[in-house]
Amino acid sequence: MEKRLAGIAAVIFASFMIASCSSTNDNGSIDPDISDVSGSEGADVTVGDYGDNYKLSPEERAKLEALKRNNTIYFAYDKDVVAPEYANILQNHARFLIAHPEVNVIVQGHTDERGTPEYNIALGERRAKSVALYLQNLGVNVRQLSIVSYGEEKPAVLGTSAEAFAKNRRAVLVY
Amino acid sequence: MNVKLVFSQFLIACVAIFASAQAWAVLHLEVTGGIDSGILIAVPEFSAENTVSQKLSDVINSDLIRSGSFSPMSKDKMPVSQVSGTDVNIQDWQGNDLQNLVSGSIAKDGSNYVISFNLYDVPSGSVILSKKAKVSASNLRKYAHMISNMIYEKIVGLKGAFLTKIAYVSVDYKDAYPFRLVIADYDGYNEHIILRSKEPVMSPTWSPDGSSVAYVSFEKRKPGIWIQNIQGKTRQLITSFPGINGSPKWSPKGDRLALVFSKDGNPEIYTIGLGSKSMTRLTNNRAIDTEPSWAPDGSIYYNSDRGGKPQIYRMAGGDAQRVTWEGDANMNPCVSPDGKYIALITQSNGSYRVARLDLDTKNLMVLSNSQFDESPSIAPNGSMIIYSTIIRGRKGLALVSADGRFHANLPSVSGEVRAPAWSPFLN
Repeated sequence: MEKRLAGIAAVIFASFMIASCSSTNDNGSIDPDISDVSGSEGADVTVGDYGDNYKLSPEERAKLEALKRNNTIYFAYDKDVVAPEYANILQNHARFLIAHPEVNVIVQGHTDERGTPEYNIALGERRAKSVALYLQNLGVNVRQLSIVSYGEEKPAVLGTSAEAFAKNRRAVLVY
Repeated sequence: MNVKLVFSQFLIACVAIFASAQAWAVLHLEVTGGIDSGILIAVPEFSAENTVSQKLSDVINSDLIRSGSFSPMSKDKMPVSQVSGTDVNIQDWQGNDLQNLVSGSIAKDGSNYVISFNLYDVPSGSVILSKKAKVSASNLRKYAHMISNMIYEKIVGLKGAFLTKIAYVSVDYKDAYPFRLVIADYDGYNEHIILRSKEPVMSPTWSPDGSSVAYVSFEKRKPGIWIQNIQGKTRQLITSFPGINGSPKWSPKGDRLALVFSKDGNPEIYTIGLGSKSMTRLTNNRAIDTEPSWAPDGSIYYNSDRGGKPQIYRMAGGDAQRVTWEGDANMNPCVSPDGKYIALITQSNGSYRVARLDLDTKNLMVLSNSQFDESPSIAPNGSMIIYSTIIRGRKGLALVSADGRFHANLPSVSGEVRAPAWSPFLN
């Protein structure tokens, strides 16, 4: 079942990413001058600070700030499946995003330190995609979602204990 | 809002590029095994060594230890502490197991120095190498490395790698720009920070002519591949597709980069022509394909988890052949410059260790005895492997000889050191 969802996710994300990519010409060559795609389409909020510019009522602002404090999903070793205990958190995020189509969120994917850096970038992306797909399935518009994987490069906790590893296997929703 | 303006200001604030020669963390060598199995050699002080800025004999001793092939005699065990010039009384050194002796002299010549040395075969008492050169004061350390190369080549029969460099990433969370890309002599001296960033930097790779490095930078809050000339301060963004831009590796001819993009649905391996900018896709499947490494014949070894767990595959023409069958998983291949073996990370029983896969026998040998190894990179003469591992709780570098006999740690002084990349021959 997960494999099929992963397949569907791949198709959805492929189309999402191709839609926002304006850097290649038809035969797939790369022009360094226009290969920088950040800042395009308005959907990209990676430019600029993490402080946001959304105009929200005080009530809605309070909701967003609460979401920012409760924004991390943890994963089991070598897994990218969203555990049921995070359903509540993700529903709260989804509800806010559906109510505010102008708000975008970046889903960051991270791994623990074990394994090799570039393979962990790929695993981190699987985790970020898994959470983004979960939000989409709750009704969030794909245009509000973008993902980035940091692999093992930005641990939340330094060290090699099981606890440190567990705290680093995560996806983080960043507004 | 002027997005372009905000962006360029942000970029400047995020990354600082400069080639600073800061004398901070030198990577000190801690030998942890195998020093006794090397060739016994003595390199006493050169005459007049105390009068110059570099202790040549110390540099040579350090090089020979780090090669993994030699056991230099410690100075307190030498029958004669400082030989007077290149001529020695060889009987003083015979009668034990000493195999080779290096004696040298330094003479001032205006603002330069004339450096002479003799390399002896001790049992026979004969001089097997003798050289004299005029060297400027600023080149003394470099010339000491050249002497080491000459000694190594004469005795071991391989080209010496003592004038090579390493690139690596240093992380200090207390710094305003925690992530730095560093270039240093292979022994950790002459460190130059060539990039400082508020966001991660990964996976440096050298061009075959040694002039440039390519790397992954997250300075735009998402990964891009950059090429930077290490002499000048010029750098160029090469790719910044949505999704992963990772794992760059320069081809042996210098004309292409192998790379990983996930823009077409999941991580796949591509190559880009650096002149033509043409892109070729090499893998096409639902699995993760990553960590490409070029073999001298132009084939590419890489990590794919298409079989469930990461394993190493070889791609030549359109075909992928699996090459690792032992352990729970195998990843991060690095092909030796002569194409005879691959250094890789093998996982079994929860440990991740540097191992060597011989490509003719298909024999896999675990080389390290640490637990969380990553990022192996091979010296251009194939004799040594540098990698990243946890030393006393912190990420640092380590060396192992290609035959697994010699081990040393290069712990970081502060913060973490990771992602080492050994340069090609530079001389």
